[in-house]
Amino acid sequence: MMRFLLLFSRQGKLRLQKWFTPIPEREKKKIIREMTTMVLARQPRSCNFLHWKDLKIIYKRYASLYFCLAIENHENELLALEVIHRYVELLDKYFGNVCELDIIFNFEKAYFILDEFLLGGEIQETSKQIVNRCIESSDMLQERW
Amino acid sequence: MSPSVPLQEMIRAIRSARTQCEERGVIQRECAAIRAQFRQADNGGRSHNLAKLLYVHMLGYPAHFGQMECVRMIASPRYSEKRVGYLGAMMLLDEKQDASLLITNSIKNDLSHSNQYVQSLALCTLACMGSAEMCRDLAPEIDRLLRASNSYIKKKAALCAVHIVRKVHDLGELFAPAARSLLAEKNHGVLHGAVVLITELCERNPETLERFRKTVPDLVQIMKGLVISGYSPEHDVAGISDPFLQVRILRLLRILGRNNEAASDAMNDLLAQVATNTDSTKTVGNAVLYETVLTVLDIKSESGLRVLAVNILGRFLLNNDRNIRYIAMTSLQRIVGTDHNAVQRHRGTIVDCLKDQDASVKRRALELSLALVSATNIRSMMKELLLFLSSCPLELRAQAASGIFNAAERYAPSQRWHIDTILHVLTTAGGDVRDETVPNLIQLITNTSELHCYTVHKLYRALLSDISQQSLVQVACWCIGEYGDLLLRGECQETEPVQVTEDDVLDALETVLQSHMSAPATRGFALTATMKLSTRITDNVDRIRSIVSIYGSCIDVELQQRAVEYNALFKKYDHMRAAVLERMPVIEKNSPGHTNGESTREAVKEVQPAKVKQAETLLPQQPASQVCDLLDLLGGSEEPLQPNPAVGSTLPVLPVSTSSTAGGDLLDLLGGLEPTPLTPAPTVTVYEKGGVTLTLSSEKQSDSGLTVTLTACNSTDSDISSFTLQAAVPKSVQLHMKAPSGDSLPARGAAKVTQMVALSNPNKVNLKMRIRISYTSQGSAFQDTVQVDSFPEH
Repeated sequence: MMRFLLLFSRQGKLRLQKWFTPIPEREKKKIIREMTTMVLARQPRSCNFLHWKDLKIIYKRYASLYFCLAIENHENELLALEVIHRYVELLDKYFGNVCELDIIFNFEKAYFILDEFLLGGEIQETSKQIVNRCIESSDMLQERW
Repeated sequence: MSPSVPLQEMIRAIRSARTQCEERGVIQRECAAIRAQFRQADNGGRSHNLAKLLYVHMLGYPAHFGQMECVRMIASPRYSEKRVGYLGAMMLLDEKQDASLLITNSIKNDLSHSNQYVQSLALCTLACMGSAEMCRDLAPEIDRLLRASNSYIKKKAALCAVHIVRKVHDLGELFAPAARSLLAEKNHGVLHGAVVLITELCERNPETLERFRKTVPDLVQIMKGLVISGYSPEHDVAGISDPFLQVRILRLLRILGRNNEAASDAMNDLLAQVATNTDSTKTVGNAVLYETVLTVLDIKSESGLRVLAVNILGRFLLNNDRNIRYIAMTSLQRIVGTDHNAVQRHRGTIVDCLKDQDASVKRRALELSLALVSATNIRSMMKELLLFLSSCPLELRAQAASGIFNAAERYAPSQRWHIDTILHVLTTAGGDVRDETVPNLIQLITNTSELHCYTVHKLYRALLSDISQQSLVQVACWCIGEYGDLLLRGECQETEPVQVTEDDVLDALETVLQSHMSAPATRGFALTATMKLSTRITDNVDRIRSIVSIYGSCIDVELQQRAVEYNALFKKYDHMRAAVLERMPVIEKNSPGHTNGESTREAVKEVQPAKVKQAETLLPQQPASQVCDLLDLLGGSEEPLQPNPAVGSTLPVLPVSTSSTAGGDLLDLLGGLEPTPLTPAPTVTVYEKGGVTLTLSSEKQSDSGLTVTLTACNSTDSDISSFTLQAAVPKSVQLHMKAPSGDSLPARGAAKVTQMVALSNPNKVNLKMRIRISYTSQGSAFQDTVQVDSFPEH
């Protein structure tokens, strides 16, 4: 199970946070601080896996954004990297050559896309096309209704 | 889809703020506006407002006043408002907030909505933040959706069910039948959800696990389909067909095949197929291979398959990608206990990974290397490990040092090698070793008597070059104190001897004493070593004397105490000094992790505390009993009052030494000896009847004074109680009976009773004494009288 997903910039500014377990607000802030410090301190060509408390932290940098995913100890790290990559691909398809600004100004869309891909800490849909189609349909519905 | 203009304007305004203060100002204004909007009746811009609030929330500002707005928006009939409302609920509400209960009804209604996207919103929110009550409430609804809806809803319902089971374990039973039937679906999303649900159910309930074992053939079929099937555009990732689903199925197979021969057999072929056919050039393929390897190693697979799995891990170790190497080592760590030989084959690569740049890889390599150390490869492995220690990152040093010590202790090929290794570690990472290292090393050194010369030479050299590593300095001081004579002799077989003069050695110790880098415990070591050298060197005893007397006024209480005692040893008890500072006896090892001090400390403490300065002594048992007797002055010791070599000698100290009342007692002890000459006092047996023996000894105190000591002993098989002695002397002699040591004599001479009698014979008449003995034995009273006509005198 995935525990949380964070997106933050190279300056440590949070762009997206998704929590899959209930955590008090103060605790969330603490975790965000720790994650940004840990991940931003890593050397450029180091391993993408970290250990933190009883979780594994998988992080990957795409342009100016760090994607940080926390999974439980028995999960497959390499697959987690693929999950991050899949999400980036979905964003890319939706926004067309996505960049950080897209995610800043359209953060609610980023959440909607995430909610079509992951659910309750697990992968919901393994097909890119289906996710894209669903987002488009939802958007059209929002327009009309 | 048109973006929300008000939202974007606000974001732009916030981003253009140049200082934190400016930003706060903008946000405060915006929040005020949002609050005002919330209070107004229904207007067109509600979703925009809430979106703005959510953005502000993400920046870290408080947004709790939006919670009720979320509840209202969720209840709205408009999809656009519902969408943002549910998003807000997931971000602002969690199960601990009271407002979350208010949306239960909305969710319930939306779950049966005609539009699937509305249903999806409800399902998503429930799976994200549904509390236990909400879950119980809505579980039947979810079950219904699992059975009868389109695949879009089914897949979400499945994951919702997973969340429900995690929150309320008992509800697992409710979903089991539906989960079973979902395996027949073709839609990958639904299939994936079903596999996740079944995995969750099996992990929680062993009975459910048993039931689901029957699904292994179906799962194998599905998996085969994925692996063999041609290119499928829907699910292809770099040539692998739906790797996400493959990995989940493999994980479920692992759980089902664990500890079960039949199930493991059924999946053997499939696993072999996946292992050989999966393309490993990209991460995706490696992810699937990794999961396969984990499954193979966890179930009851046949040996050929296991070998295949370990070989895959070996290939991973050689991969250029750091992530893959890391994964490989993590997996090898898990099996190093069970498939030790298989992992040994890859030892070379693992040791190479110690030199990797990445800290995570280094850590894994260290753990694995330590696990692979064995008697055959100890020398080469240790070389690598010591090399690693000198360049490893700080956070790994303590682990590396302790791992090296353990390995050295278990597999040391020779004692010299062992000592060398420990010294090497102390020189490189002395600050990161555990506290027990110092006494352990000292104990090791004393046990290898043939290497004393070699050891002291090496330590002396180490001390000269660097006095900052406390553990090393402590051991070095101790050795120089003990074996300084070997050092000065200037000859050594094992290593090149160093020509050193007494002054050089004392210089070195004084440097340690005076250095600001030395910890108080280290200085204690140095002072004691200096003192010990006074018996091992010939020319510079005066220098030692002066050092010791200087420290008699040191601010550090521990050092001062020692110095004062050593001073006393020089002045009043010079005759004892040689014996007190003798070579330490070989220290026996009690048990790993225990310092020897523990047991002997109890023995010594029983009598009187102190005389040995440190809290934990390393005395062997024998001298302890001598100490007891020495202290038992009132017992008029029959044993010769030899100075105990262990008494007063300083011993390696652990930083946790409690400052004993040593000083005073030690002096008292030596003070007590003063009036008594050190020649043995003669004893005479004056009475021997019925198993009771009474002996008498006397010491002349002065011209007319005499102290008589009576000692009674019981050699019968039964205890004697109420033992009393009464004495009578001629009229002119004055008699003073001191308190007896006790009045019971245990059987078979287990203990004695002593009584001192002070006699004063000013007229110098012929001394006679009549003694009456009375006691109770076996219930009956005895009484007897004996006359003593002559007293042994000297």
